[in-house]
Amino acid sequence: MTSDGRSPILTLRNIHKSYGPIEVLHGIDMDIHAGEVVALLGENGAGKSTLSNIISGTVLPSAGTMTWQGASYAPANPREAIDAGVGMIHQELLLLPHLTIAENIFVGRYPMKHGRVDRREMESRAHRGLERLGLDISPRQYVEGLSTASQQLIEIAKALTLNAKLLILDEPTAALGGEETKLLFKQIERLKSEGVGIVYISHRLEEIKQIADRIVVMRDGHKVQEFDTADLPVRTIVEAMVGRSMEQMFPPLAVPDEETVLEVSNFSSPSGRFTDVNFSVRKGEIFGIAGLIGAGRTELVRAIAGADPIRSGSVRLNGRDITPNSPRDAIRNGIVLVPEDRKLQGVILDHSIAENIAYSNFESVATAGWIRSHRVREFADKSIRKFGVKGTGRQKASEMSGGNQQKVVIAKWLARNPRVVLLDEPTRGIDVGARSSIYEIIHALAADGVAVIVVSSDLEEVLGVSNRILVMAAGRQTGILDRDEANDVSVMELATA
Amino acid sequence: MTVTADHDVGKSRLLEMVSIRGATGPLIGLLLLCVFLSIATDSFLSFRNFLNILDQITVLGIMAVGMTFVILIGGIDLSVGSVLALSMMVLGYLNVEAGMPMAIAISGALLASAVAGAVSGLLITAFRIPAFIATLAMMSIARGVANMITNGSQIIGFPAWFNMGAIIRYGGFLTMTVAVMLIVFTVATLYLRYREGGRSLYAIGGNPEVARLAGINVQRTTVLVYVASAVLSGLAGVLLAARLDAVQPSSGVAYELDAIAAVVIGGTSLSGGTGGVVGTIVGVLIIGVLRNGLNLIGVSPFLQAVIIGSVIVLAVAVETIKRRS
Repeated sequence: MTSDGRSPILTLRNIHKSYGPIEVLHGIDMDIHAGEVVALLGENGAGKSTLSNIISGTVLPSAGTMTWQGASYAPANPREAIDAGVGMIHQELLLLPHLTIAENIFVGRYPMKHGRVDRREMESRAHRGLERLGLDISPRQYVEGLSTASQQLIEIAKALTLNAKLLILDEPTAALGGEETKLLFKQIERLKSEGVGIVYISHRLEEIKQIADRIVVMRDGHKVQEFDTADLPVRTIVEAMVGRSMEQMFPPLAVPDEETVLEVSNFSSPSGRFTDVNFSVRKGEIFGIAGLIGAGRTELVRAIAGADPIRSGSVRLNGRDITPNSPRDAIRNGIVLVPEDRKLQGVILDHSIAENIAYSNFESVATAGWIRSHRVREFADKSIRKFGVKGTGRQKASEMSGGNQQKVVIAKWLARNPRVVLLDEPTRGIDVGARSSIYEIIHALAADGVAVIVVSSDLEEVLGVSNRILVMAAGRQTGILDRDEANDVSVMELATA
Repeated sequence: MTVTADHDVGKSRLLEMVSIRGATGPLIGLLLLCVFLSIATDSFLSFRNFLNILDQITVLGIMAVGMTFVILIGGIDLSVGSVLALSMMVLGYLNVEAGMPMAIAISGALLASAVAGAVSGLLITAFRIPAFIATLAMMSIARGVANMITNGSQIIGFPAWFNMGAIIRYGGFLTMTVAVMLIVFTVATLYLRYREGGRSLYAIGGNPEVARLAGINVQRTTVLVYVASAVLSGLAGVLLAARLDAVQPSSGVAYELDAIAAVVIGGTSLSGGTGGVVGTIVGVLIIGVLRNGLNLIGVSPFLQAVIIGSVIVLAVAVETIKRRS
């Protein structure tokens, strides 16, 4: 293995971290060598983020020692870690929307000339950084309005210009499509060959198998297992993560009814993000939508849910034209959306779970428009129990894990007995354990006769969960595949067509 | 067993009705302030002075309720002082100059205010002008129109009963103006806490996109909130006219700042989504008690301004620190 006979650049010994009386990390030991990719795996709440925050100086450990390139290492803040050569790319994007790409890359360390910011130097260096990632955009462009994927790549470009010797990537591909992921991996390979050590956090296990040299699995603040190779069956990894053996990830699919529920015809967006899309979904069918980032999938489902305007086309529900012009309109007709960005579109983080659920169910918790607080609570508790959400209705949404937040977003719609449920990236950033329970919810919906549409960038997911798959490329519909003709090759062919 | 459970439910519901949620800190501050003033002066702690304070806070109290709605949805309304003046001048013009009955004059004043609020609301929603700018413009426009009505001069000569409504204490304690304020407080509290529309304001302030995707009509609600704020300012103007027995277009200058201060002291977050009318009432009382008490001690108005400024900082700092721990 890569670790044989070489001394590590970073060693962690017996790292503990407590918040008040609660210990969240229990004595972690870890070594990272130059030029290797160590995948750090575990469910949400396992302690991966805390550990990487300790390495990057964002959080101070309660006990334990770290050694960096042979010397004792105890960064008091992220600045010290960056100066030492440790860069971290956070899962949440930390870019300044009103500055240009170049300014974002060099903020806090602008290249100076004659006492002024040397814009030309800054922009040319930013341009080189972007080029290395195969990103063909001008560094003078403002970050606002860029796609999530481009923003993610800019974060990575930023870290690359720091000349870091150790990079921590927290879910770098969560927002990336297949092509962008490939580019990123090429960069990671290149960094490896330059001797950069990489800690890679991801929930996409297929990726881990491609990119990682070693795997460290954490659970409940312990390091539970270390594999010296990434060439393992996914099942083995998952079982180490959840601490029990997993059933099949995707439940078996039922055969949908013949009856058509939803018909989308000649659907086009005003900005051309998608054009002339036609499909129909049957009762009890799970209809996947696959494609690369920027193919127009999110825009398509948002328009079906009335969240964005359309230029032309119609949505028919059980044969009746109900083309919605607002989310309110769509909801009234039984079309509901579980949006892509949970934290910005799905829940209000500062408000309690019960309130979040009540916002879309005022009729159920009110009598003649008067909200009954005990009904709000009962209603929330009922929904929460039904979906196995850990927590109570009184908790703030921000105190829950991503998986539980997502269940809340789904739960808040289901009391309305929707006829069409649109789920946009339903398992993004969600750990494996919670993921399979979301698949179960999706299947339960279909079994109840709901027409379910699932948009996903995770090929394995979209193949595993769908009866049929619509593939889009650059705003066009390139094909609809039946389950038995759909596989990663046929989908990718259409997605890049 | 069942009895206890029922009892608990009843008790918790009662507790919830009077609960002040985020406003405990300001309430403690208010009580400490009252204790201090009771000891420092012999005239503060009396029923009569308490009634005086209520009289003094009517205008601010009603405006602050409207401001609470606006700030809850993450907006701001700088035009309330000018809208108050506009309402007063329309009232004076219709009643005194045009000789119309008071009922029509009051309706006209409130209607003029509503129009001002609707314009602000439409500028913010349909034209996407930031609330700060739209209401800053409305602040100037409403003030200008108020001045145009009489070319800047005041109007006197309201019927005698109108002024009496602010002076006679029915049942020994309740003037008409204070009664109106108490009704506004009650209706606003119940609305925010128990009506769909009221809860929607929290959703919009928490995150407008989540609210929209949840099926709430964000644009319409936003316009209505600015209309409500303006109508309440207009109502405050009517009450101020009754108290002064005269109207002048320079009334209400800088009242918007007092209203914002009361809302913020009461624990409503300027970023929207958290807070409520009960906190605002406490905030209004803090400002009212402070002014009243400082006058009784004989503190100069200039120093009073410094003290009120410090209280704003203190209130917000305490909340922030409490939230962080």
